Amino acid sequence: MKKKNPPKVELTIPIIHDMELAATKTAEVVAKHMGLSEEQSDEISMALIEACINAFEHSKTKNKNIEIHFVIQGETLVITVTDHGKGFDKSKVEIPNITEKLTSGVKRGWGLHLIQELMDTVEFESTEDGTTVRMTKNK
Amino acid sequence: MADFTLNTRNEGNVVIIETSGYLNNVGGEKISKACYEAMGEGKKLFLLNLENSKVVNSIGVSILIEIIEKLQDVGGSLGYYNLAPIVEKTFNIMGLTKYSHIFQNETEALQGIEQ
Repeated sequence: MKKKNPPKVELTIPIIHDMELAATKTAEVVAKHMGLSEEQSDEISMALIEACINAFEHSKTKNKNIEIHFVIQGETLVITVTDHGKGFDKSKVEIPNITEKLTSGVKRGWGLHLIQELMDTVEFESTEDGTTVRMTKNK
Repeated sequence: MADFTLNTRNEGNVVIIETSGYLNNVGGEKISKACYEAMGEGKKLFLLNLENSKVVNSIGVSILIEIIEKLQDVGGSLGYYNLAPIVEKTFNIMGLTKYSHIFQNETEALQGIEQ
């Protein structure tokens, strides 16, 4: 018997200020459909905001869009955020520390840390052709 | 989502800033401008009522870290109240609670920030 494809929502958003909120609206609808709690839905939205902002700010993509896929795999929501920018080396990203940030000239750099804390799993695939962040939340 | 706005009022020595809207870089800059203006007038104790800012991002919150740093230089303090659960969780993950204070409501905040 042919296996059914899991439900999937595909979204393309332009790199425009605050457009990450368009992605969170979709995430809320998908989370509600899955019966995720409000807390889980909020965590997904926050992680998604950070993933979008990272793509907006760091990818230097010429495409001017990022692609977001929401896939419902049984009890797990899988979200991928893809840009077609220059990629990055995750091993060079340090875990931020508030005490160090207070005395540093650079207060930013919290996005990846937040994503990892808020989602159940997070994976990064980055090449010189772009970056995909794959994150999951279990029901 | 509506544009970020804020209202500022004084309760004794404490400056209360009530925000509304997405706390992003623009919102963070507006808060810091209000804080630094009041610090220029000698104010050192600040409370943010975030009841109507239920969505934040790390760039906006990073600007709060700048404010904390400047308040530390003058022996001041920053607190927050009426936080949405995800905002409180974000502040905890980023470690803001190590150098600033979360309160449940304004009464508790006014008592706690002056201690």
